[in-house]
Amino acid sequence: MTTGIIDYGGGNLYSVVNALNYLERPAQLIKNPEDMQNIQKLIFPGVGSFAAAVNDLKKRELFKPIQAWIESNRPYLGICLGMQLLFARSSESPEARGFGVLSGRVEKFRAKRIPQIGWNRVKWVRENYLSSRLQGEPFFYFLHSYHVSEEQGSAPWTLGLAEYEGITYPAAVHLENIWGVQFHPEKSGQVGLQLLKNWLDWDGDIVVNCKNYSLPGC
Amino acid sequence: MLTVRIIPCLDVDNGQVVKGTRFKELKYAGDPVELARQYYLEGADELTFLDIGASPREEVTVLDLVRKVAREIFIPLTVGGGIRSTEDMRKALEAGADKVAICTAALNNPDLISQGAHRFGSQCIVLSIDAGFSGDCWYAYTHGGRKNTGKPAIEWALEGQALGTGEILLNSIDRDGTQDGYDLELLKEISSRVSIPVIASGGAGKLEHLAEGITVGKADAILLASLLHYKQTTIPEIKEYLEKKGVRVRC
Repeated sequence: MTTGIIDYGGGNLYSVVNALNYLERPAQLIKNPEDMQNIQKLIFPGVGSFAAAVNDLKKRELFKPIQAWIESNRPYLGICLGMQLLFARSSESPEARGFGVLSGRVEKFRAKRIPQIGWNRVKWVRENYLSSRLQGEPFFYFLHSYHVSEEQGSAPWTLGLAEYEGITYPAAVHLENIWGVQFHPEKSGQVGLQLLKNWLDWDGDIVVNCKNYSLPGC
Repeated sequence: MLTVRIIPCLDVDNGQVVKGTRFKELKYAGDPVELARQYYLEGADELTFLDIGASPREEVTVLDLVRKVAREIFIPLTVGGGIRSTEDMRKALEAGADKVAICTAALNNPDLISQGAHRFGSQCIVLSIDAGFSGDCWYAYTHGGRKNTGKPAIEWALEGQALGTGEILLNSIDRDGTQDGYDLELLKEISSRVSIPVIASGGAGKLEHLAEGITVGKADAILLASLLHYKQTTIPEIKEYLEKKGVRVRC
């Protein structure tokens, strides 16, 4: 099973590549649509601004293929901006449009210190495959100025919450084949590697409305 | 709830970790890859590599080292020293760095901050300020603390923030390596005036100093070298102490 890692020129994807190498999982950089032909899973590690990422993806003719990938129920993991782009709009770039596969918006922290930089806890709101084999409310490394809005905290796809300066917001999301994390598992030590391993181990089957959360895909 | 970051700093010169006092009298302090691995396993929240030889002697940075470290250490890595262009930044990021620290080059060319932030995102850019007190206030210094630019440190911090730096690494050149404690006045002044995170550096000699840097100096993170390299304390010991003092740390 080969995992594609989106390289749109802006993000720091090398740490994700290093993590997959460390976990001994085949990885392939995706620089153009043709690169997506022989992969089974897709990771989008995004950093930088919402609009810049959208523009760079469009320039490389990757935007629509990624959107099609997601919409055709294939496994997707968005990291940081890669998670935010699942939503249509961000207050960072009012003109730009993300993939829009989850409803809700991304907004700027109303906090004294921006960006949030450092290790913060994630509280899982339901049992799920991503956090299996992780203890309690683990620490992950966060680095961001924008976040999925607090209102989405009760959305059905919200998987985990983090709290920063009194703002509680979705830090992990999951809907069928789509997974997203605001934090950087590839930079979160052993816990982060375990989370990545969980996702890589998931067989990609979508189990909708599952009652037994120990099943893959839930 | 966000925790305070403990960041070991490896000052590297010709592939070895060194540590000096007030930026001079360099002493050998260990093998960088070994130290990095040890600090990672002990619970370091990030690691910083500064090529201190780079600025005065116009050498390149410690990219081979970072390349090696990034393959087995999965916490954020910052690289500084000798980064003069967005091309240098790209090379550092490609080697596995998550952030780049810029000091002299940013003072020579402040646009480098905005160019870097635009191309790689603000989260990538750490503005390193070597601040020293002279006459009436703190000034930004270059060339490893040897040259006073005449620019007040606070002005430079605010300018850096406006240009898009993601955080500030504030190093007191008066306290560097002395182990007399942080320059708390400097730290307080800068961290209360900017809205981005401030990393305290220079002068910590005992655990009390670290707590002071956070509670009095209002630092968001602390950068440490001598205290750790010379085994005066360990990361677990630091975290345990800070937790007792009511500072939130990652356990």
